[in-house]
Amino acid sequence: MSATTLTDLRGADRIRHLPFWLGAVGVALAVFLALRLIGNEYGYYAGYFVLQYVVLASAWNILGGYAGYVNFGAAGFLAAGAYTAIVVRKAFGFDLIPGIFCAAVVTGLLGLGTGYLTLRLRGVYFSIATLCLAVVLQTLVVNWDYVGGSRGAYVIRPMTIPPFASYGEYIFLVMLVLAVITVGIARTVEVSRLGRGLQAIRDNERAAEAVGVPTLRLKLMATALCGALMGVAGAPLPYYSGYLNPDAAFSLAFAVNAIAMPLIGGAGTWAGPVIGAVLLASLQQAATVTISSALNLWIVGWILVIFVTIAPRGILGWFGKR
Amino acid sequence: MEFDLSLLLNGIVSGLLLGGLYAVAASGLAVSFGMLDIVNIAHPALMVAAAFLVVAVGGAIGLDPLLCAVLLSPVFYLIGVGIYTFYNRFFERRGDEALQGLAFFFGVMFIIEVGLVMAFGPEQRFLDPSYAFTTWRIGEIDLPLRMLIPALFGLLAIGLLYLFLHRSFIGLAIAAVAQDAEALRLLAIDPVKIKRLAFGVSAMLACIAGGALIVVQPVEPSSGQIFIGRVFAICIMGGMASLSGAIAAAFLFGVVENVTATFFGPSWAPAVAFGWLLLVLAFRPQGLFGRAA
Amino acid sequence: MSILLKAERVGKRFGGFVALQEVDLELRTGERLGLIGPNGSGKSTFVNCISGDFAQHDGQVTLAGQPLNGLKPNERARRGLARTFQLPQPFNSLSVLENVRIPLLFSGAAAEATPRAMECLDQVELGPKALKLPRELTQVEQRRLELARAIALRPQLLIADEAMAGLSNAEVDEIVALLLRLNGQGVTIIMIEHIMRAVTAFAERLIVFVAGRKIADGVPREVLALREVEDAYLGKQ
Repeated sequence: MSATTLTDLRGADRIRHLPFWLGAVGVALAVFLALRLIGNEYGYYAGYFVLQYVVLASAWNILGGYAGYVNFGAAGFLAAGAYTAIVVRKAFGFDLIPGIFCAAVVTGLLGLGTGYLTLRLRGVYFSIATLCLAVVLQTLVVNWDYVGGSRGAYVIRPMTIPPFASYGEYIFLVMLVLAVITVGIARTVEVSRLGRGLQAIRDNERAAEAVGVPTLRLKLMATALCGALMGVAGAPLPYYSGYLNPDAAFSLAFAVNAIAMPLIGGAGTWAGPVIGAVLLASLQQAATVTISSALNLWIVGWILVIFVTIAPRGILGWFGKR
Repeated sequence: MEFDLSLLLNGIVSGLLLGGLYAVAASGLAVSFGMLDIVNIAHPALMVAAAFLVVAVGGAIGLDPLLCAVLLSPVFYLIGVGIYTFYNRFFERRGDEALQGLAFFFGVMFIIEVGLVMAFGPEQRFLDPSYAFTTWRIGEIDLPLRMLIPALFGLLAIGLLYLFLHRSFIGLAIAAVAQDAEALRLLAIDPVKIKRLAFGVSAMLACIAGGALIVVQPVEPSSGQIFIGRVFAICIMGGMASLSGAIAAAFLFGVVENVTATFFGPSWAPAVAFGWLLLVLAFRPQGLFGRAA
Repeated sequence: MSILLKAERVGKRFGGFVALQEVDLELRTGERLGLIGPNGSGKSTFVNCISGDFAQHDGQVTLAGQPLNGLKPNERARRGLARTFQLPQPFNSLSVLENVRIPLLFSGAAAEATPRAMECLDQVELGPKALKLPRELTQVEQRRLELARAIALRPQLLIADEAMAGLSNAEVDEIVALLLRLNGQGVTIIMIEHIMRAVTAFAERLIVFVAGRKIADGVPREVLALREVEDAYLGKQ
């Protein structure tokens, strides 16, 4: 083996982080400035809608795409994040930003707990458990008067929040920052040894075990991270709408999109969920005005089934990336 | 709280009757998940779809719901065959069961549930058979026929399934394919054909369960969601491929869930399902009645 | 020479079926052990008890003085145990080099993962194919990859589980030569095989399993001449 080749390979090892972050911040800034120029409030609301899915899909993908463990309860985690934000606001007067941190802790622990109980078994048991968890969380919230039960809870937001032009602009910016951070985390995980380990687990868990990979520890890390970020996606929701009820928080839309977006974009890498989220969320947002929400969701279900059938590796897979 | 013996007794009896319904709901899953290892999370959705169809058809022509379900079951057999054929062609053969295959069944479940909302609206539907308002009484114990008849009907269906699996050639082939598909191939039997048939049978059972369900309680499109936890918990508790295990687990589950509901309120039922599932997975994943690995 | 692996009264039951019955074994450091027996005789079960794939079994397994009972396969791997599988189990979406890097990334020697991985690949003569995907390799190359991955952590004991199934005579000789080379570097090897050509070329000690029990243990020439062994194999050469 020649020395030059070894050095080449070593060079490939070194991951370059700066270009990604510069690019991400650049794109985010461009989007923000574009919307500011347009000056239409609706732009911010539509933008928030898309960005929350970028966060949700990227979060889901850390466990689903990288490790191959499917979380069916994304709506439950997102809603748990939203309701945590409401609870800490009511109980301690915490505002949006502290609320986001609290949501991350709570849903991270939720993910860790579910994982701890089920990840020693086959992946399907974890998936079933997450599905049940979502149903149970919804029951809990519906029966909990403190957060308004099925009647819902209100969040009074200020009309303006300087230096921003409107509350809508502020909340959009918050979600934009969260999106950049989440995608950054997803990418960092992907290129780290955690990501490599998860990929090995996804490809062949038994072989990974046999060569010394600490599979349980890695899966728990991924589950906790995935749970925390899904909660983060949900925490601003009550502030965005000014009102939240269980039907909205536990919406089927979150459940199906969390799975559809990464799979349609391409599940093995950080870019897939971003592509899937931007595409699908924009489509759904555009369709809201023309068709009923049930039909809208129905179509997403069909798109999911059709895509996993004809393009199992998603859009990125179609274009040649593994 | 005051301990009312009669309340407890009736809670237990109703729980047993519910268990009959849960047993037939889980039996289809015992075939598709327990024996064929296919994670068909759309099974409860199929059951609910069948219930809605029974309401539509049975209501229109004035037929008893259980009878209607039996008549509709061949349709569901074909649906099951179709779903498995598709799943095998696009997911099993590609080795994509773990992620894409699972997402596929989620998609099917989703399409069925939202489809029902679009076709029938989100409200509850019901179809009352002629005996719906009759209750037999044995001493302190109430036996509402709307629960007793479906439970007996369900057990009859399971009995027929048992005979089929243990006495007929095809039934034995299904048990065989669960254990060793390769050996089956060597006997010149195509495992895919057997699995297709078995999956069709499991869909038929979902249809039967749907008929039983609509007699017991009104259904809405989202009713399937809580059943997912129930039937998977029961199937796992029963030791997966064991039909008798699933029945025993279903009765036990029904009693615990119903007694909890009687004393703590019905809205906590999903928590019972989930709690059971977690306990079983944490302490005895091979099932309460299964053999130790 | 010291005892590297000690198995005391190792047994395994599946419900009512006894797959393995009270097997004792002492393996010395550097030994080349061949394990043969008809299908279902318990060889794989025995090996799975040693590797940790079967978490629960009767008896005790000790490696270099350290008890392995209760340890999961990945913990055993970190204590010097390695195994390959009957069918190659590569990480299909990772390159050949990445496959071998995986164990190193989690071993505490992560900084030197690439050079060490290349070293292992060179040992199995897969260096030039470092950036290829496993599916682009031939069968025998995939088995070499499996071995490269297994030796990455410098194991004390390597279990080669039917590493030669499906290979041609020339390919069998290749793998045997590789295993002999590894043994020469100090790796104790247990070879489970059906292919007698490999066993006779490689093993210095032979153990025969039948119906869950050890029926012979000794020098290959003598063991293969035993009538019980001949009967068990019904005329295999």
